[in-house]
Amino acid sequence: MALLEVTDLKVHFRTDDGLVKAVDGVSYTVEAGQALGIVGESGSGKSVSSLTVMGLTRFAGNAEISGSIRFDGRDLLAASDEDMRRLRGNDMAMIFQDPLSSLHPFYKIGDQLVEAIQAHRDVSKAQALDRTVEMLGLVGIPEPRRRVDSYPHEFSGGMRQRVMIAMALINDPKLLIADEPTTALDVTVQAQILDLIQRLQRELDTAIVMITHDLGVVAEVTDEIGVMYAGRIVEYADKESIFAMPEHPYTWGLLKSIPRLDSPRGEELVPIAGRPPSLILKPPGCAFHPRCPYVREAHKRIDPQLAPAAEAGNGGGGRHEVACLLPGQTRRGLWAALQEGATPEVALQRVDVPDKVVDREAVGEVLAEPGTEVAEGVVATPENAAEVVPDVVAEEETS
Amino acid sequence: MSTNGANKLIEVRDLVKHFPLKKGIILQKQVGAVRAVDGVSFDVFEGETLGLVGESGCGKSTTARLVTRLLEPTDGEIIYKGSDIAHSSRAELKPMRRDMQMIFQDPYSSLNPRKTVGTIISEPFIIHRLEKDEAKRKKRVQELMDLVGLNPEHYNRFPHEFSGGQRQRIGVARAIALKPKLVVADEPVSALDVSIQAQIINLLSELQRDLGLTIIFIAHDLSVVRHVCDRIAVMYLGKIVELADADQLFEHPRHPYTGALLSAVPVPDPRLAREKQRQVLGGDVPSPTNPPAACRFHTRCPKAQDGTCNVVEPQLEVKQGGNLAACHFPLTDEEISKRVPTAAA
Repeated sequence: MALLEVTDLKVHFRTDDGLVKAVDGVSYTVEAGQALGIVGESGSGKSVSSLTVMGLTRFAGNAEISGSIRFDGRDLLAASDEDMRRLRGNDMAMIFQDPLSSLHPFYKIGDQLVEAIQAHRDVSKAQALDRTVEMLGLVGIPEPRRRVDSYPHEFSGGMRQRVMIAMALINDPKLLIADEPTTALDVTVQAQILDLIQRLQRELDTAIVMITHDLGVVAEVTDEIGVMYAGRIVEYADKESIFAMPEHPYTWGLLKSIPRLDSPRGEELVPIAGRPPSLILKPPGCAFHPRCPYVREAHKRIDPQLAPAAEAGNGGGGRHEVACLLPGQTRRGLWAALQEGATPEVALQRVDVPDKVVDREAVGEVLAEPGTEVAEGVVATPENAAEVVPDVVAEEETS
Repeated sequence: MSTNGANKLIEVRDLVKHFPLKKGIILQKQVGAVRAVDGVSFDVFEGETLGLVGESGCGKSTTARLVTRLLEPTDGEIIYKGSDIAHSSRAELKPMRRDMQMIFQDPYSSLNPRKTVGTIISEPFIIHRLEKDEAKRKKRVQELMDLVGLNPEHYNRFPHEFSGGQRQRIGVARAIALKPKLVVADEPVSALDVSIQAQIINLLSELQRDLGLTIIFIAHDLSVVRHVCDRIAVMYLGKIVELADADQLFEHPRHPYTGALLSAVPVPDPRLAREKQRQVLGGDVPSPTNPPAACRFHTRCPKAQDGTCNVVEPQLEVKQGGNLAACHFPLTDEEISKRVPTAAA
C-alpha cells in the first residue's frame, strides 16, 4: 500500500470575491522511499495541496476541503487536530522556502531542535541534545556540539536550510514535504542542499514530495513528476517520460520557455502567452485553453480529465497521464515539431489539429454521470450526450 | 560578438566601494569596512549586453549602482564620454542620467502604488523637462506602452491592477522612455514566474535590437545570462574572477569558480543530470569584511595549492581560449568536459 494516497483532493477558500478553487481535484500517490516532484507556477495550487496534506489548511475558517488523504493507512481528513499534531514533525515533516522566517529568532538552534524531539518523544533533555548534535552533524553543520548554542542569525542561508532539514528529519519521518527548499539560495548552495536531500533520502529511506517551479531541480532529485496548472495535475509521469515525451502543451511551454545551459545559445525562447488564470473565475473547458496555441472551439467547453498518455508505457516507465483534448497522434506530431526547433505557429502548419476532440474519459464521464454540466446551462444526459458534446468522438479515428 | 571594432561606451578602472562599519552610538568609530567592490575594471561596448554574475554578496549590484552613479565609489574611475564621472556632483550628473537607466528586480516595490501607469512612465519626461505639452506627452507614453506590449488604454490604471510580468513591462517602458544609451537591468526576471520570464527576456532583446541599447544584465541564473549576454563577467567577493565571451565562458570556463557555478546549475534533462559530474563547492562565501588573502577563492577552490594561491594574488590575464581569468591554475579542457553539460553532449 502506498505511503501517501491523495485522491480527488479539493481545497476551496471562500472569500469576499468568490470561491477560490486553489486545489481542484488532485490525485497522487507516494510510495515509501520514493521522491515525487510537483511542478507549477505561483497560484497553481502546489503549495496548498501539500499544506493540506500536513493538515495546515484546516484551521483556515474559510477552507472547504474534500476528497481523501490517506497516509500510512490513516484517513488524514478525518483525523482530529490532536492526531494531526502528533503526526506533524513526527511521521511527516515539512521544510519551507525561507529558512530565516521558519526558525525562531529568539531561541538557540539547539533548543529549537530539542523542543522538536521532546514534543513527540519522552526523552531527557540530555538525550535529545545528543540526538540534535548527531542530526546537525549528519546535515553537514561543522562542529555541531558547539553550534547548538548559536542563534539563527549567526548562520548563513544555506546553514539555516540545513538546520531546517535537520529539524524536519530529527524524528525519522516517513514523509518529507519540501516546498521550494532551494529557491531562496544561491546556486552553489542549492547544489549542496540538493545533494544533502538526495543522500539523506538514500540513507534514511524517507519519501519526499518536492514542490518547485524549477524543472532542473526535479530532474535531479525526483522519480516521478506531476505538473500542476490552475489547481489540477495536468500531466503526471516518471521523470524520463516527462522530459523525453511530454504530452501537455503547458509542459511543452515550460520546457521551451526556460533558457537551458545545454541548449544552443542562439535559440529563441518561446514564452507561454498570457498569464496564469484566476482561480475564482477559471476558464471554462480546459483551464489552459486561453494560453494554448493549439486551442480548438471544443476545448473551450469540455474539461479534460487525466487519462493515459499516448506514449504511456513506451518510455519503459509506469504511469504517464495527461489531461489534454488533443488526439494522441496530434500531440506526438506537435512535440516532434517543437523538438526540431519549430515555434508553435510553425508546428501548427506542419501538424493538422482536428476540431473534434478525442477524450474517452470526458465522454465516459458524461455517460457515467448523467447530469454533468458540459457548458453553461447545458446538462448532459446519456440521451443527449452526442448532441450537447458533438465535438467529442469516443474513439480515435485510425488514419 | 558585437564588440569587435565597437566603441567603448564606458570604461571602468580599479573601481572600489567600501561601506564603513561603525560602532558606538554618538561617537561613531569606524571599526572595519564591507569591501563590496574591491578593484574592478571592465569596458562596456556600445550595443552589447554585458552580464554580471555571481552569488549574493559578490558585489554585482553594487558595481551596477556605481556605474550608474547611484552610489559614489571609494576609489577608481568611471569614464563616460571621455570624462571621469566617479566623483561628479549631482548637477554634473543630471544630463548623464538621461543616458543611463535601471530596471529593478522587484516589479512590486519599484513602482509607486499611488501613481497611475501613465504618471509613472511620464515621470522621466517631467524630471528632464522634455515634452512639456501634456497631450504630446500622453501620446509618447502611450507609444511606449504599446512598444513594450502593454495596452495603451490602460494609461490610467494603477500598478496593482497588473500582473508581475506586466509590471515589469511598465518598469521597462519607464527605463527606455528617454531613449537611454545604457540600461542596467538588475535581476529583471528573478521575481517572475517561469512562463513569464521568457516574455521579458524576449522583450529586452527586441528593444535592444530596435533601439540599439547597451545593456548591463545582472543575474544569478546562469542559464538566463547565457541566453541574453554577449560577454560575461563572473564576480566573487568584490572582484572579477573571469571575463569572456558568452560562448567561450560556458563552453570553456577557465576559473575554477566559474566551473563550479556552471556545474551547480540543475539541468532539466534526467539523462544529462546522470552523466555530468556535479562538483559541489563546500562551505559558504567568506565575509566581505575580512576576505581571504591573495586569491579570495582559495579557501573553497578544489585546485588551490598551498604556498601559491594563499600567498600571491592572481591578476586578471588572458588564458587559453582568450578568457580573462584571475587564476594560477586555470581549468583545462579535459576537466571541463567532465563537468559542464553542453549542447554537444
